[in-house]
Amino acid sequence: MALPILLTKGLIILVIFGISLLIATYSTYAERKVAAFLQDRIGPNRAGPWGLLQPIADAGKLFFKEDFIPSQASKWLFILGPSLAMFTALMSSAVIPFGDSIRFAWDNVNYDVNVQGIEINIGVLYIFGVVSLGVYGVMVGGWASNNKFSLLGAIRAASQNISYEIALGLSMIAILMMTGSLSVRQIVNEQATFFEWNVFTQPLGFIIFLTCSFAECNRTPFDLPECETELVGGYHTEYSSMKLGLYLFSEYINMFVSSAFISALYFGGFHYPFMNEVNGALEKSMGAVTGHNLATAIGFLVFFGKILFFIFFFMWVRWTLPRFRYDQLMNLGWKIFIPLSILNVVVTGAGLLYDFKYSSWLIVVVMTVLAVMSQAKAPKQQVVPQRTV
Amino acid sequence: MTEFLAFFKTLTPTGYLFLLLTALTVISAMGVVTARNPIYSVLALIATFFCLSGHYILLNAQFLAAVNIIVYAGAIMVLFLFTIMFLNLRREDEEAKTNLTKIASVIVGGTLMVMLIMIFRAKSSQLPVGSTVGFEPNTGMVENLGHLLYGSYILPFELASVLFLIAMVGAVMLGKREAGDRHF
Repeated sequence: MALPILLTKGLIILVIFGISLLIATYSTYAERKVAAFLQDRIGPNRAGPWGLLQPIADAGKLFFKEDFIPSQASKWLFILGPSLAMFTALMSSAVIPFGDSIRFAWDNVNYDVNVQGIEINIGVLYIFGVVSLGVYGVMVGGWASNNKFSLLGAIRAASQNISYEIALGLSMIAILMMTGSLSVRQIVNEQATFFEWNVFTQPLGFIIFLTCSFAECNRTPFDLPECETELVGGYHTEYSSMKLGLYLFSEYINMFVSSAFISALYFGGFHYPFMNEVNGALEKSMGAVTGHNLATAIGFLVFFGKILFFIFFFMWVRWTLPRFRYDQLMNLGWKIFIPLSILNVVVTGAGLLYDFKYSSWLIVVVMTVLAVMSQAKAPKQQVVPQRTV
Repeated sequence: MTEFLAFFKTLTPTGYLFLLLTALTVISAMGVVTARNPIYSVLALIATFFCLSGHYILLNAQFLAAVNIIVYAGAIMVLFLFTIMFLNLRREDEEAKTNLTKIASVIVGGTLMVMLIMIFRAKSSQLPVGSTVGFEPNTGMVENLGHLLYGSYILPFELASVLFLIAMVGAVMLGKREAGDRHF
């Protein structure tokens, strides 16, 4: 690989790394502000203007707290747990295409470098691998704490992640069938026109994927592993100081990465309506190099707009919906999502056979009709108090 | 010693990577067997799978590497860890420590080792020598693998999937609670 490519690649990787840390940091602030907004409060407003320095104050607090390791805990695994959680969270952003490409000339040679950590032709599988490893941090930490509540939290995390991983994978197979590639960049490039964004061609897959990514991130309504009404603090009951901070932080990084992944897979990544016209106009007026780079920058910003929207969506859901019960979680995953996503694969395949991309809507329409009918048929129930005697 | 150094100097970066990965694989595989605590054993096994995936990548079999991580490290080992955590095998299992089992395991393991060494020594001269001529680097890529699996090997592939289905149904049958069974 030529030196200029190597240098730009390194720079891009560093920038992506920095941005994902920065966004995760400010997600903690945004979470509190969104919570405050939804609950009609003000939220953090003491540290700096509008409380903008709050995340830094929080980090300082966490660093200076006592770093306590329980005497009966398995010491090395206790330290390994949060490290693994952080490690796997940071790994997954490597294959996400954040933008088109940076163009520059060096020694009279033109280079086009993709704004992406690395482009591999198994990008989707890579992300799956990393996602499926994400649960180890929680499991190892929960077990090493030598505490029943932590252990229960860890076990819940494991079974929840395994159950929802299957539905997550199956819901994406329909996209892979339509694109014919496992590379995330290829999937993004397929969605160049607005009405071919996968959210329009795969509405059902999108809903299943979104819900499963909530479960994979351990976010409310699926935050059973840290369910404080039943398990004290779940898997991080025994953790304090920055080890706890790393667990919480990794959750926000996971949220960022899954938002990026959702935007790339279903919302066209860095594409936006009339992108080709804008790119053409820019390249015509400012030259092939500057115009192209500017167009890439716009795409980059659009992609981050989508990501930020989904991060907001995660928070919105967290402060709106109550937590599921554990059996409801399992029923939803195994008995509803897995059959539905298999059906989605079959229907999409049939549609592709006749060159019709929007066949997934058939399931949505039928499901809506069935739901309305069953609602209409059901006898009007009066609200009876659940608790008797 | 000088031969050894000379050998080291001839290696390409891939060769060094291979040696490093091999050392890591062997160390973590030894960890699986020697660890006292089953949890450490499982964690070492996960590390072994990672090293094996590294080897697959060195062989340009990216798909196999990713699937190895997803299926083995990501799903099966999670279930292993899950079960071991549930059982909490902390106290020493006395049954596995009798002299008879120790002797039996030494004999079985030793026989396997002798057989492997014999086979390797007898057949190592017949191994095809790797060459870069006619080497197809894209063999392990997912497209080629898909064409092979769904083309020439469609029947074995489908049979394997039926086998998995049967195993799954069997597991559900065994795990199902019948009417009147105790909950735990």
